[in-house]
Amino acid sequence: MSPEIARLLAEATWQTLYMVTVAGLAGTLLGLPLGVFLATSGKGELFQAVAVNRVLGLVVNAARSTPFIILVVAIIPFTRLVAGTSIGTTAAIVPLTVAATPFIARIVEAAIREVDQGLIEASRAMGATAFQIVRKVLLPEALPAIVLGSPSPPSALIGYSAMVGAVGGGGLGDLGIRFGYQRFMPEVMAAVVIVLIVLVQGVQSIGESIARRVNRRLRTA
Amino acid sequence: MNALTRFPDPVAIPLPEPPPAEDPGSTGSTILFRNVSKEFQARDKDPAVTALDGVDLAVPGGSITGIIGRSGAGKSTLLRIINGLDRPTSGSVVVDGAEVGNLEPARLRDLRRSIGMIFQHFNLLSSRTVFDNIALPLELAGTPRAEIRSRVDELIELVGLGDKRGRYPVELSGGQKQRVGIARALATRPKVLLSDEATSALDPETTRAILALLKRINALTGVTIVLITHEMQVIKEICDRVAVIERGRIIEEGPVYEVFARPRAETTRNFVASVTGSALPRDLADRLNASPDGAGSAVIRIVFTGEHATAPVISRLSRSLDIDVNVLSGQVDEIGGRPFGNLIVTVPARRDVSAALQALATAHGLHTEILGYVP
Repeated sequence: MSPEIARLLAEATWQTLYMVTVAGLAGTLLGLPLGVFLATSGKGELFQAVAVNRVLGLVVNAARSTPFIILVVAIIPFTRLVAGTSIGTTAAIVPLTVAATPFIARIVEAAIREVDQGLIEASRAMGATAFQIVRKVLLPEALPAIVLGSPSPPSALIGYSAMVGAVGGGGLGDLGIRFGYQRFMPEVMAAVVIVLIVLVQGVQSIGESIARRVNRRLRTA
Repeated sequence: MNALTRFPDPVAIPLPEPPPAEDPGSTGSTILFRNVSKEFQARDKDPAVTALDGVDLAVPGGSITGIIGRSGAGKSTLLRIINGLDRPTSGSVVVDGAEVGNLEPARLRDLRRSIGMIFQHFNLLSSRTVFDNIALPLELAGTPRAEIRSRVDELIELVGLGDKRGRYPVELSGGQKQRVGIARALATRPKVLLSDEATSALDPETTRAILALLKRINALTGVTIVLITHEMQVIKEICDRVAVIERGRIIEEGPVYEVFARPRAETTRNFVASVTGSALPRDLADRLNASPDGAGSAVIRIVFTGEHATAPVISRLSRSLDIDVNVLSGQVDEIGGRPFGNLIVTVPARRDVSAALQALATAHGLHTEILGYVP
């Protein structure tokens, strides 16, 4: 592999990591509260708001079921509004975040719904406010399940980031398409695939090891 | 007076540290239900289900009051209305002078901090240690850290979990979990302790230990305990008062001893029979006639109470009339700290026998009841 190609590969890896990390953090920032809200705003729940819950649920499902490449193009005006441009690595973070947020929200929602209702009742009986119940009871109790689900969003984001080449986002996928495929350079394609696999595998391993540590004391078996 | 010859002031002699006194002088809250009804409606179009139907009940401060009923009788709802987890559809519940249904959210939370609650399935946080579980209500109330520490340490000792403070719930047995639940419920020094089938998931031996702990806490702190259960054994073991609930109504209520001695309602009789050995043997119950015509023997229940529980009534009856008294079942128990006996006997179905029995019963303050006749 020529030094030129190696430099391109390093740059693309950096771009991918940059996009995935920022979009992952932003998606968590938005998805965590959204997930908590989705899990606690149903009928008879802590922050009962049935109509809002239903609308947000629809929006989340819509975002989740739109193919990512379509999402990227469909929200270009929104991307321009947020990032000032619709082209480039930073601009690509916007659709990635939009895709990650509902994904993370659903993971958080599912984890919170797993928490025993009896704990909510016990906390209410202790005189806890709704916010205290979320902070002191629901999130800590849901943490093992959230951690267990946490490798999925970054893995998906790494996959999605391969498509943002379409809007000049750069990254590993873009490199693979432009050099490996269009310029018939199979060694570039192989390198891209290997780096992608290593990244996803790394995320998965880190997530699992954290989950094991969190879980060890808390659950039988 | 010569000061030199005086004995040292007894108060000045250092005494061993007394056991942790919990607000000496304060007694638990009185709870009053006035015509409380509660209806549930699962969905808008479903017909409403009546869980409570005009309940009137007074729970004296400092008492251990048991509410017994079968599942679905409404006892859980009754308990949850006390701390506002459920709101009554009509009627009022007054705890310590405050009308629970009318409190605004902040005041309701204050009230709940003065009412501890324990649960059948413990409801401990799996992510917190024993210490941190007990600390939770104090954290929620914004108690300073140092104070939390000393209070939780005190409670861990009280419930006998000194060696488990850093353990997680998954590492504890059912009885230990309930001890954590009790310590947690007591953390904010409540004036009422609600127990929602707290021993129903435990084995008999652990149940007795937990009940003994509750009784000790009641004696130590004066906290009013309201417990619901479907087991008469629990009532018998620790309660002062009992209310029997059926289809959302209180069908019988009073001091445990009196209800055991003279249960009036059919359901109450069945509950009492389940623990006092006053149930009839099966084959006998099947042969029982209501009418004395042509009967050979009468089946009689004799309830001994108080100091008469040990009176030799049977041998006296047998001797004075020269008849055979056949004991079918019997049990002497202690209820509310007083002896309580229950005998089922057969005697010849003769007028003079029943008259003599009646006379003996009156003389000894016993309660007799003819259950029926057998050929």
